[in-house]
Amino acid sequence: MSGHESTYKPNSAFERWLDTRLPIIRFANDTMINFPTPKNLNYWYIFGAILAVCLAIQIITGVILAMHYEASVDGAFASVERIMRDVPYGWLLRYIHANGASMFFLAVYIHMFRGLYYGSYKAPREVLWIIGCVIYLLMMATAFLGYMLPWGQMSYHGSNVITGLFGAIPLVGESIQTWLMGGPSIGNQTLQRFFSLHYLLPFMIAGAVVLHVWALHVPGNTNPTGVEVKEVEKDTVPFHPYYTVKDAFGIVIFLIMFAVFVFYAPGVLGHADNYIEANALVTPAHIVPEWYLLPFYAILRAITFDLGPIDAKLLGVIFMFAAIAVLFVLPWLDTSKVKSMRYRPVARQFFFGFVVVCFLLGWCGAANPDDAVIPALQGDPSLVVSYTVEGAPATASYKGGEEAFEQAKAFMASLPAGANPSLSAVPAPTFAFRHLSLILTFLYFGYFVALFFIGLTEKPKALPESIHKSVLKRKSKDTGNAVPAE
Amino acid sequence: MKTFRILAAGLAGLAFAGLAHAAGGAKHPHGPEAGWPFEGVTGQYDKASVQRGYQVYKQVCSSCHGMKLLSYRNLGEPGGPFYDPAYPNPNDNPFVKALAAENEVMNAEPNEAGEYEFRPAMPADRFRSPFPNDAAARAANGGALPPDLSVMVKARHYGADYIYSLMTGYPDFSLYEDLITEENGETIYQTVIDMSKFEKLGSYKPDHGPAYLIQPAGQYYNPYMAGDTTPNFQGDPRHRPPGGFLAMGPQLPDGRVEYTDGTEATTSQMAYDVAQFLAWAAEPKLEARKRTGLGTMVFLLILSTLLWFSYKQIWRKVEH
Repeated sequence: MSGHESTYKPNSAFERWLDTRLPIIRFANDTMINFPTPKNLNYWYIFGAILAVCLAIQIITGVILAMHYEASVDGAFASVERIMRDVPYGWLLRYIHANGASMFFLAVYIHMFRGLYYGSYKAPREVLWIIGCVIYLLMMATAFLGYMLPWGQMSYHGSNVITGLFGAIPLVGESIQTWLMGGPSIGNQTLQRFFSLHYLLPFMIAGAVVLHVWALHVPGNTNPTGVEVKEVEKDTVPFHPYYTVKDAFGIVIFLIMFAVFVFYAPGVLGHADNYIEANALVTPAHIVPEWYLLPFYAILRAITFDLGPIDAKLLGVIFMFAAIAVLFVLPWLDTSKVKSMRYRPVARQFFFGFVVVCFLLGWCGAANPDDAVIPALQGDPSLVVSYTVEGAPATASYKGGEEAFEQAKAFMASLPAGANPSLSAVPAPTFAFRHLSLILTFLYFGYFVALFFIGLTEKPKALPESIHKSVLKRKSKDTGNAVPAE
Repeated sequence: MKTFRILAAGLAGLAFAGLAHAAGGAKHPHGPEAGWPFEGVTGQYDKASVQRGYQVYKQVCSSCHGMKLLSYRNLGEPGGPFYDPAYPNPNDNPFVKALAAENEVMNAEPNEAGEYEFRPAMPADRFRSPFPNDAAARAANGGALPPDLSVMVKARHYGADYIYSLMTGYPDFSLYEDLITEENGETIYQTVIDMSKFEKLGSYKPDHGPAYLIQPAGQYYNPYMAGDTTPNFQGDPRHRPPGGFLAMGPQLPDGRVEYTDGTEATTSQMAYDVAQFLAWAAEPKLEARKRTGLGTMVFLLILSTLLWFSYKQIWRKVEH
């Protein structure tokens, strides 16, 4: 916390000399060594440190990969494979970088849900939260740009979908789309600018991370009780060695999971189509983004209806961007003064519901919108004969087992010449993923609306007086429970 | 609350499971019954099988399919099928040199007269491409472009299983029938498969009655190929056969190649070998990857144990 006294004492003549000119050692000492940190942080709080490691890993591997990568439509695909085959440990670098993106997002989602649960976005940490949202946006942009670089089928057609989103904006959309692509369609110039920006954005993320840490160190960490630090002596411990060692342990556990993906399942999070070189003339059967963007993809596709003058495509784009934008204004949407969901019995239920909604949206994003959510509940398809009678189209439908097919055949044979009958199987109407996506989209936004009203009416549980009292109370309760019941 | 958390965790798993995309409408591929030797944490390629697979590729596949990302030297690199520890540099490996020299390639540099000459390939050369360009490849294959096989196993869902299923999944030629019909006074000759007799497929029962699947000219039905059989199926469209059509016919009848190591060249043996060869070609560093992975895991586990005890030691006096 900025309020805390600096305890740094320069030890050598050089440190004293430097301290009066550029107190950089004092700064490092105050932020990473002596920084008073609440003593009750649980394991959900280690993801900040994990994310710093993720960013470092991505930048280091990325810079080396860029030394071998060729940003051209003719050479990109082959250069990535050359990295995999001929660059010493190139396969390791690339698999770390490709899976590292997924690990980065996994960590950032846990970090964000932790912030949502413990009310880390509330006063006095609104700016901290907003900078975090900016980092998240930059991450999504970087990941999208990076996915383009291997120049596979999914790279090409995924970029087509995303740049097409901007084309949906009225009046200026097409100009923006052309500007992003650097021409009328995706080509070499697009790949080169995407590569350039993919190299730039991580350093912008790093800059935003510095602001994020700065904004964290002014009010200090939240903690699971949501009660602010009252007495530094009793409520906090110095960051080093207490949290350096705890974070280090968490980082290594995270790296073990990371390594499982890199060494034993390096392709499981990717899509097979991206090992087919990009071909503008062949569109993949299903265009899907990487898993971490699936919930937003589901929201984009959930909107299939026009609303007044706004067509479905634009409305989908609006909803998708709104799903991210709503996070920026969350500090003012949540009206409750109580930070931690631990003491908010009603909002807590809604929070867990929100988590479930996010996972289900991801599931919808991966699925074909017309497929049945529960195939077992879908009825048998019916046979439909389409034909023309006196120039007007007509249909006849048959249901049942084998006899339906016989009936349809007989009916087709009985039609006069020129009716052009054709037979097709039409799936029974069912509850499809596009319906589920729409419901989930409204539930997603509903959570933020609900927070507004719950905060006005909810009666929170009694908050502990201070952090150290909450710790002592929990300890005594634990020992109380340990007494045998019989 | 507990149940809610379990539910959330379950749904998380479900969402991840949903990421495994199925190829639309095709039959789910299956691997050989005993699985692949390169699966699992310590799995490695069966060298003899990859060698036989190269023979199948060389004698059968390579007349249409290129592998432009591979060079002959790759065959003799560590992890490759013809690696010999006596020759750390695969360009010196006489066996690899001989394998390369079996192919004629065009010199990349012009000769003194400015002409490009053909010469026997060297280990440093890329695999010979069967066609000079895509247009030539299409012209020789009825308009269809034989895809490059360099990363084919990674470019299809279910990888080696898919290759194996596709190569063994064609209906037997005895199932092909000639169907002669008359329409508007014209006689139409068509090749069809009666799906009710294709018992290996298992999805179309004989009691559905005869159901003809018309083979488009120059195309072959395969239940594992992505596609749609609806327009070509004359039976009940609710029971349309899975899969689609491809321009490549069944290529591996029993005895198509004569294995130099004496293995009997059955269809499934050749499919197994060539699928494993293509798996190696797509992921030549698999063995190095798993070896490095083991060392990394041991290191990380020891480090995490040390850090856990450090953590317990440092925090022992703090109520938290």
